[in-house]
Amino acid sequence: METEMENAAPPVSPRQPISEGSEWTFELLDQYDHEIARVAAHYGLDTYPNQIEVITSEQMIDAYSSVGMPVGYHHWSYGKQFLSTQKGYQRGQMGLAYEIVINSSPCIAYLMEENTLTMQALVIAHAAYGHNSFFKGNYLFRTWTDAEGILDYLVFARHFIAECEQRHGDEAVEEILDSCHALMNHGVDRYKRPTKLSMGKEQARQLEREAYLQSQVNDLWRTVPVKAVAEVEKQVRRFPAEPQENLLYFIEKNAPRLEPWQREIVRIVRKIAQYFYPQRQTQVMNEGWATFWHYTLLNHLYEEGKLTDGFMMEFLQSHTNVVYQPPYNSRHYSGINPYALGFAMFTDLRRICEHPTEEDRRWFPDLAGSDWVKTLDFAMRNFKDESFIAQYLSPKLIRDLKLFALVDDDNEDKLEVTAIHDDAGYRTVRQLLADQYNLGNREPNIQAYQVDVFGDRSLTLRHYMHDRRPLGESAPEMLRHLARLWGYTVRIESMDPDGTAHPVASSEA
Amino acid sequence: MSQLVDRRLSGKNRSAVNRQRFLRRFKTQIRKAAAEVVSGRKVTDLERGEKISIPSKDMSEPVFHHGSGGRRNIVLPGNREFVSGDRVDRPEGGEGKGSGSGGGPQGESMDDFVFELSKEEFMDFFFQDLALPDLVKKQLAAVPEVKRARAGFVSQGNPSNLHVVRSMKHAIGRRLAMAAGPREALREAEEALEALVARGLGASDEAETLREEIAALKSRVAAVPFLDTWDLRYANRVDQPTPSSQAVMFCLLDVSGSMDADRKNIAKRFFMLLYLFLTKSYERIDVVFIRHHTVAKEVDEEEFFNSRESGGTVVSSALELMKDIILERYPSASWNIYAAQASDGDNWEDDSPRCRELLLQSILPLTQYFAYVEIEAEVPQSLWHEYERVKAASPRFAMQRILTLEDIYPVFRELFRKKVA
Repeated sequence: METEMENAAPPVSPRQPISEGSEWTFELLDQYDHEIARVAAHYGLDTYPNQIEVITSEQMIDAYSSVGMPVGYHHWSYGKQFLSTQKGYQRGQMGLAYEIVINSSPCIAYLMEENTLTMQALVIAHAAYGHNSFFKGNYLFRTWTDAEGILDYLVFARHFIAECEQRHGDEAVEEILDSCHALMNHGVDRYKRPTKLSMGKEQARQLEREAYLQSQVNDLWRTVPVKAVAEVEKQVRRFPAEPQENLLYFIEKNAPRLEPWQREIVRIVRKIAQYFYPQRQTQVMNEGWATFWHYTLLNHLYEEGKLTDGFMMEFLQSHTNVVYQPPYNSRHYSGINPYALGFAMFTDLRRICEHPTEEDRRWFPDLAGSDWVKTLDFAMRNFKDESFIAQYLSPKLIRDLKLFALVDDDNEDKLEVTAIHDDAGYRTVRQLLADQYNLGNREPNIQAYQVDVFGDRSLTLRHYMHDRRPLGESAPEMLRHLARLWGYTVRIESMDPDGTAHPVASSEA
Repeated sequence: MSQLVDRRLSGKNRSAVNRQRFLRRFKTQIRKAAAEVVSGRKVTDLERGEKISIPSKDMSEPVFHHGSGGRRNIVLPGNREFVSGDRVDRPEGGEGKGSGSGGGPQGESMDDFVFELSKEEFMDFFFQDLALPDLVKKQLAAVPEVKRARAGFVSQGNPSNLHVVRSMKHAIGRRLAMAAGPREALREAEEALEALVARGLGASDEAETLREEIAALKSRVAAVPFLDTWDLRYANRVDQPTPSSQAVMFCLLDVSGSMDADRKNIAKRFFMLLYLFLTKSYERIDVVFIRHHTVAKEVDEEEFFNSRESGGTVVSSALELMKDIILERYPSASWNIYAAQASDGDNWEDDSPRCRELLLQSILPLTQYFAYVEIEAEVPQSLWHEYERVKAASPRFAMQRILTLEDIYPVFRELFRKKVA
């Protein structure tokens, strides 16, 4: 990423570095944090208060394996994650993540004890100011997560599940959790705004809800009308009236045979899925934003003479590793690196504002020459990966990354290159790349379609095919999980574009 | 304002519970993997942690995802030679090229999931549900063995335990203490008398009184006994229970011509497992290797497994030798005696009843457990039938047939299955 080096203007002020060595102490961390905070404020980054915790590598593995939740309930899958992380780390196959940062208020960032002072400063800039301001500013996080309430809610969830384990046995709880985890990606309302979570409210309302829900469910299934009426109703009443995309919510509210505590567990997993939903949709933006800011903040400090040359060399080396994008035919290629794409886009956006070319003026008339801090802030607040790319990916960046689009059609015996980084292809490439980040395209569109209320109570799901893409081979296993929650037979059928339904799998409870 | 917190000393091992959950959930697979590992290892190589690999498909966490097929658009970086409209072959291995961010959500391969079990965990998996018969009885309940151990000194005891040096020390102390007062008075009286004599008053009444006093004091000092019963100290010895934490394991192997290398290999694994199990329960274990064809011989481990003899088989010879060795070297009061015998079942017809008698009358009463495995025998022969009678008569005797290497572990478990009380 040599091009970015140009942004680092040669040092003007005399060197008065904060420190010289590479060993960190708490005093030094405090000083660095202080300086970084000052520069972050200078650029107008708005953050939650920070809580920076120094931990050991073992604790980092722990934090890693609970998918970054500071307080988690117990489940074997976290143990599996732990074992594989530990193995990888002990054999030196992988380094640990430099940082884990938790979207909460105060925002918790972990620093690993083993890191050098440079790395600690990098992490502070990246996590405590980059990610933190993204969590606070981005509309998805503002809508879907409540940073103030999440820690309380996780504590509530942990206690509730531990209590269930004592009362109903580890295995019964584990079964429900397994099934819920499998459906986690289908536990989000995409178009409804969620209510806030908080422990006080949750606990107060949980008992109330338990009783109420059960009565509602019972009511739905109390179907003993006169036979003739039933026949008529069978034609008229369909349940659910509209297909439901939030499968976990549908199950929580309607599964006939779940016990109240099981419903609550479904709800907990659903709430946690919702909490992580924004992160899945803003990976490129979030990492790009944090990377852009650690780069910018530390360079600013360097220009002020607060950092030594040695510090900068070490910093640039690890920064360059993080934003490396191997080409598609490299052995190291494993998809587009969100750090690389995000960092390149924010850097490019700043370039468009500060040094627009004639091309930029044609493509981004509103952006070219505008105040870059404001423009970036606006982009951070109001987009997710999909729309961010659709809006801001510039022809120059498409050329720099040499992006090209392929179509893989199982009716053709060859792949076809549909667009490359040239005038004819920019818009296509940009649109297709944006689509690639659309969660709706990445995951199959599955909806709860119909319940046979008057018959065998079976649930039918519909999979609406996108570009004729079928369901993966996990479908039968998934249906077993669904059937466990639903309590009766569950079927799934794929709808092709003509509107014909093809049965895929079914599972008896 | 940021707050810096040092968390390094708090909350280690937060994942311990989750790790345990994982091990519990995949207990069956892990145990199976552990069994496979054992059958592939060498004797000396058992006591260490293990890399366990279980198929990841057994432990996948499924999600709904797109299958292959249909029409897919993929955007890739790093174009070099393509222009739009190019048609290219699908890369080898199907998805390889296109497994970008549009691909599988986890990007996990279907390889085995490999992780490390610590030595302890490995061993626990190995020994779960197992316990040696009567182990508890022998080791915990009854404490037949005691050792006389020193336990300081006491003031009462029998004369043979009298500790002379200790007693004399006490006597000196007592004498010093008891005579201290009179001695002081005596010294003063003597000094006073000397002063009188010096002044020429040696014959005065006063001097006479002093002389009497001195005599009295001298007799008082002399009256302090040289040795009092009070001084006597006896060496104390107490009975210290010694749980017998030692075991001897007899390995009996048929090395007649019909035992080929494969069969010996199976037998070896069996001995190995028994040995390992004993090391888990006992501090000290002796192993006696006895091999036999028509005559039995005690040998070292190397020779036991490796050399080969030919000829017929007389099993009783080995049992006789084992009996002799027990009587000579391993008194059953202080040794837990285990025996494992492996054979292909061949024996002289006439010898088998004799084996039964030897076992029932001489050997089984002395041993904790006697396990017999018959390896790859097609039809049970006379020895098997005789041993069946032994089994009916004694709970300490167990027998099994092994056909292949993979049978060992189940057989081992079968032999030493925890007895449900």
